[in-house]
Amino acid sequence: MHNNPKEPLIHMTRRGALPWYRAWGIRLLAIAAALLVCALITTITTGLNPLAVYATMFSGAFGTARRTWILGQDVAILLCISLALTPAFRMHFWNLGGEGQILMGALATASCMILFGETLPGPLLILASIVTALAAGAVWALIPALCKAKWNTNETLFTLMMNYVATQLVAYFVIVWEVPKGSGKIGIINQSTEAGWLPVLAGNRYLLNILVVAFLTVAMYVYLTYSKHGYEISVVGESEATARYVGIKVPKTIIRTLLLSGAICGLTGFLLVAGTNHTLTTTLAGGQGFTAVMVAWLAKFNPLHMVISSFLLVFLSRGAGEISTIYGLNQSYGDILTGIILFFIIGSEFFISYRLHFRRPHRKDAAQGSAPEQKSAPEQTGTQEQGGKSEKGEVTADV
Amino acid sequence: MKKTLAILLTLVLAMGVLAGCGSSGSSAASSDTQKEETAEAPAEGAAEGAETAEGLNIKVGFITLHDENSTYDLNFINAAKAACEQLGVEYLIRTNIPEGQECYDAAADLVDAGCGIIFADSFGHEDFMIQAAKEFPDVQFCHSTGTKAHTEGLPNYHNAFASIYEGRYLAGVAAGMKLNEMIEAGEITADQAKMGYVGAFTYAEVISGYTSFFLGARSVCPTATMEVTFTGSWYDETAEKEGATTLINDGCVLISQHADSMGAPTACENAGVPNVSYNGSTVSACPNTFIVSSRIDWTPYYVYAITNAAGGEAIDTDWTGTIGTGSVVLTEVNEQAAAAGTVEKIEEVKAALEAGTTHVFDAAAFTVGGEALTSYMADVDTDAAYEADTEVISDGYFHESEYRSAPYFDLRIDGITLLDEKY
Repeated sequence: MHNNPKEPLIHMTRRGALPWYRAWGIRLLAIAAALLVCALITTITTGLNPLAVYATMFSGAFGTARRTWILGQDVAILLCISLALTPAFRMHFWNLGGEGQILMGALATASCMILFGETLPGPLLILASIVTALAAGAVWALIPALCKAKWNTNETLFTLMMNYVATQLVAYFVIVWEVPKGSGKIGIINQSTEAGWLPVLAGNRYLLNILVVAFLTVAMYVYLTYSKHGYEISVVGESEATARYVGIKVPKTIIRTLLLSGAICGLTGFLLVAGTNHTLTTTLAGGQGFTAVMVAWLAKFNPLHMVISSFLLVFLSRGAGEISTIYGLNQSYGDILTGIILFFIIGSEFFISYRLHFRRPHRKDAAQGSAPEQKSAPEQTGTQEQGGKSEKGEVTADV
Repeated sequence: MKKTLAILLTLVLAMGVLAGCGSSGSSAASSDTQKEETAEAPAEGAAEGAETAEGLNIKVGFITLHDENSTYDLNFINAAKAACEQLGVEYLIRTNIPEGQECYDAAADLVDAGCGIIFADSFGHEDFMIQAAKEFPDVQFCHSTGTKAHTEGLPNYHNAFASIYEGRYLAGVAAGMKLNEMIEAGEITADQAKMGYVGAFTYAEVISGYTSFFLGARSVCPTATMEVTFTGSWYDETAEKEGATTLINDGCVLISQHADSMGAPTACENAGVPNVSYNGSTVSACPNTFIVSSRIDWTPYYVYAITNAAGGEAIDTDWTGTIGTGSVVLTEVNEQAAAAGTVEKIEEVKAALEAGTTHVFDAAAFTVGGEALTSYMADVDTDAAYEADTEVISDGYFHESEYRSAPYFDLRIDGITLLDEKY
């Protein structure tokens, strides 16, 4: 059939950097396409008006002042975990142990609140909680880091396994401190005295966490972009050999970075226990240690972009919760919509990094009439500007 | 590496979407029943209590730990819908609310949405419901399975439970009948009438449950004994299955459970061992081994509390449903597995329980360490030191669920062996 069998129907090449507006254009197109698919699926499976469903999602996230604050608080927590994972990820150290590191921080905080709730004065108790939480999170990350630095163990598996150990430790202590006996629940710690609780700023229980994380975001951005440590992390991430060649101590960088990563996870645990939940359960982190991996990837490890990606994920999940309440649909339904939207967004990153080239039809087939489009898809050396129009066409065609 | 991970993530997401589509079938199937409520529900947002034409003037909120996929929560959700439809009131159900700050947030959000009464279904929600009750004194907060209402002293915070130990006792009678049948058929000797029980935690609710089940069985089969194992989780299918299998291998000829998965019933069906279930019938999955199941029907409580809240009348601080209120119910007996005459025997014992001539925890029916009890101090007022504070044995029986609605029977009686107590 084919005159030139060596040439595939579609092949792809890597693009150079796109100007920001083109990249965002593709992303917005992807979101629009995702919303279209979601609308279609909504109509087919439930018979509901998709616009009403989207309005409900929006109201679930922003419908009242309280919901907006809760959204802000949830974004802050997810962002905080993502910030913790980022330095490790930039070093290509895949820290999947966020969940466990958070739990260890939470366990440390809860133990301070329970054991010293009546003996230590308020500020000292909070200080003790912070210090132990940071240390506990850091130690939980340090163990796999040491093994990686010394024996080059697989950090992905190691950090993952540490999650289970942390969960079981928390389960153990929950039973030690359970009230009433046998219930397997601690309940709110120091509910009457509020000892060890973070103060409520300006009458708003969500504000303090948001401020802490906002500060942390900027600090992390500066650390990674402008400090010597941040530079060393990037070099080690790109190539350990290069790092050694230019005199960077790789094991030291790994250990230092993971201490930081674990400590921030520990801080998240502290914020969750002392700031919002005031209790300890094995599900306290609620899988956010893994969601944060996606947040960090979506933002390409840029702390400022993570504000957007964590907002997006929290928005979707809060919206999904509202859909299930208002329409009596199962929570899974909201998860389906979230899944589709994320699928398209992640897919769009492919079209930002790569471009597709379709095989040029030969003269015999050219009578089909799609000739004008081929002009802008030159075989090998097409400039970015020329390629532009057809690429947008391809994005929508593909999605 | 970067690329591999990106591909991996994409794959995971794709699978998530596929898995999601799988369950969308069920939501599509049930959408018929939900259409009526969708019709009225979208009138949301404002804080004024929307009036319904024929029903009471109140909006009701429900908070559940999981969604319909958990048998425990399904039992609450069904009751919530039944009660609200019966009363013709508008309602909102917030599912998948963890036992943390999210519970307070959900309760506050339901207050914002104009709910005048809010229910939560999981034990760990309690402290967060109390927190919300303190902040919103004009809204009624009702918490099922909780223990603190009678000591908190809040006029708008209430606990509820049911005398499910009576249901367990009746289910135990059915188990005892089955043991007798096996003895008469020569399958086992009278000494081998050993039952097994898979519990979640060594919590009073579970202890009260398995003890009443055991006493029910022993009331018809005097040689019955029982072994109990704990899983340390309210929902852990693998652990429950393993627990049941361990008990079966240990010589238990009949199994019951107090945990929320299908683990134990499935293990029984696979091994051909009779099973007495909980929370609802498992007959469709276990046609050959399912005997009967007890469960709490929350509809009467919901109807009572919503009606009182709408009429501005007080709601009991501790409300205990009984067989009489229709809160404690048994499913249909599976004739295929149950012994002959089970239905009639259950009716007979049920009548005696209702008349007060039979007491489940009759002090003459059990011993602890070889001695009959005439006095026992139970930990009724919840505190971190588990301090025993209330005398619960009088008139010759242990008064369960009278001094508060949640069970507090936590005695280890003779005839029951705990294989482990680590939870």
